[in-house]
Amino acid sequence: MQSALAKLNSRLADFEAPKALSLFEWFGELGNFCARLAKAAISPPYEGRELVRQLDEVGSKSLPLVALAGAATGVVLSLQTYASFSRFGAQSLLPAVIVHSLVEESGPIVTGLIVAGRVGAGIGAELGSMRVTEQIDAIEASAVNPYKYLVATRVQACILMLPLLTLAADACGILMGWLTNTLTEPTSLQLFLEAGTKTLTFNDFLPPTLKTAVFGLIVGLIACFQGMRTRGGTEGVGRAATSSVVLSSLGIVLADVLLVRLILVFFP
Amino acid sequence: MEGHAPAIVVEGLRKSFGPQRVLNGVNLRVEYGETLSVLGRSGTGKSVLLKLIVGLLKPDAGSIAIQGRDIAGLSLDQLNGIRKKIGFLFQQAALYDSLTVGENVAFPLKRHTSMSAAERRDRVRELLKQVGMEEHQGKMPSQISGGMQKRVGLARALALDPNILLFDEPTTGLDPITAGEIEELILRMQEQRRAASIVVTHDLHGAKTISDRLALVHEGNVLIEGAFEDLESSQDEFVSRFLRQGS
Ligand SMILES: Nc1ncnc2c1ncn2[C@@H]1O[C@H](COP(=O)(O)OP(=O)(O)O)[C@@H](O)[C@H]1O
Ligand SMILES: [Mg+2]
Repeated sequence: MQSALAKLNSRLADFEAPKALSLFEWFGELGNFCARLAKAAISPPYEGRELVRQLDEVGSKSLPLVALAGAATGVVLSLQTYASFSRFGAQSLLPAVIVHSLVEESGPIVTGLIVAGRVGAGIGAELGSMRVTEQIDAIEASAVNPYKYLVATRVQACILMLPLLTLAADACGILMGWLTNTLTEPTSLQLFLEAGTKTLTFNDFLPPTLKTAVFGLIVGLIACFQGMRTRGGTEGVGRAATSSVVLSSLGIVLADVLLVRLILVFFP
Repeated sequence: MEGHAPAIVVEGLRKSFGPQRVLNGVNLRVEYGETLSVLGRSGTGKSVLLKLIVGLLKPDAGSIAIQGRDIAGLSLDQLNGIRKKIGFLFQQAALYDSLTVGENVAFPLKRHTSMSAAERRDRVRELLKQVGMEEHQGKMPSQISGGMQKRVGLARALALDPNILLFDEPTTGLDPITAGEIEELILRMQEQRRAASIVVTHDLHGAKTISDRLALVHEGNVLIEGAFEDLESSQDEFVSRFLRQGS
């Protein structure tokens, strides 16, 4: 009994102590990782060809999903707003509400989360398995900097592709929003778009779209970081993939709060 | 060549992982034109030793000099300059699994030489031929056996004509005939190119054939080092047990 308690106690101590410590460690390591990455990314030679490959990878992997998610968001927005707006006879505002809502918030956040799931898991698992099978060591041993060759290209690809994917999500959402709307309230696409974008200014459109570059940075950075620090065989690879998705989704949601606030301050 | 500095000098090398002490003051010296076989039970830190020498791991204490230059104080660019002259074979081959066999071998050539695509193709074919893998060029690493992966890893390690070779168990898991061919290849590199090699191996017979000296690692230290005869005449209990079991 006594020894069982002692055992349990030491187990708990094992479990708790590293937890608080490891959070600090995690941030410390992440800082270190960012410093190495920055150094590798700014100094020539640049990995142009590898970057193009990663852009294709990120773009083509996520485009169908992002388009689908954008379309679904458009449908839902249309159905929901129609239900509530028709009650007040404010149907004429529908296009504007759908367009604004998609462009300013739903499009960017949906795209960010989809990419976090699809690309984040992919990068985490890929780099993780390369780490545990010593492929990353092999790259280093052949005098190639893995931060330049593997990490910088992936992070850059995420940063560049996310705004473009967001545009695709916005476009699909608006199209499907119109389609859904026109089933109950027939309008031409042209009229719908005119009504929808009449009040849309540059400041409504550009900052929310460009903020997704920050989402891309978060996905690329966290997924590469989790992948590169993978330990412990196949199990570790699974953990790297899962934690990449969880942490980058969390990062995106938290960053969004901050970014929305900042955008409201600087682009009122 | 390369002045008169020895290829590799390791002094007082220590490395621990957490509480686990792996290397505890290892000293080694390899000249150009010389092959050193490193023996020892598995888990004694032989792979760790090779990784320390190319700077994949950082030692806790001690020094490593390649061609007379201590690698501890080098910038990454300088270290990479040295790494280009080192051919490294990983214990598990560590082929890039998204690239074909041919692309794996071409990788160092693509990165570090100005060869045209045609020149590169010829060189890759030649390298793969040396290890008897030329007809598997287009396959992915997952489609070939472990022994074949190791041979491709060897071809990749030799791509840049290195004059320092670090081979982690190059013949483990190979059939006797292929193993013999690999041993010949190592001997040839040593004779023709005056390469300095460290070969980690469990194959005593092979070690006797290819190496000038053998080093037996035990409990974090080089227990004994010398020609095969020196090991044979050793009075040490562990050394004689190791030799008895191995042959
Ligand atoms: N990166 C690492 N992190 C923690 N422990 C390691 C690491 N690399 C090797 N070790 C440990 O060091 C010891 C020696 O490993 P290794 O050099 O692979 O042995 P071998 O002589 O069989 O090649 C092993 O106990 C291994 O668990
Ligand atoms: Mg080993």
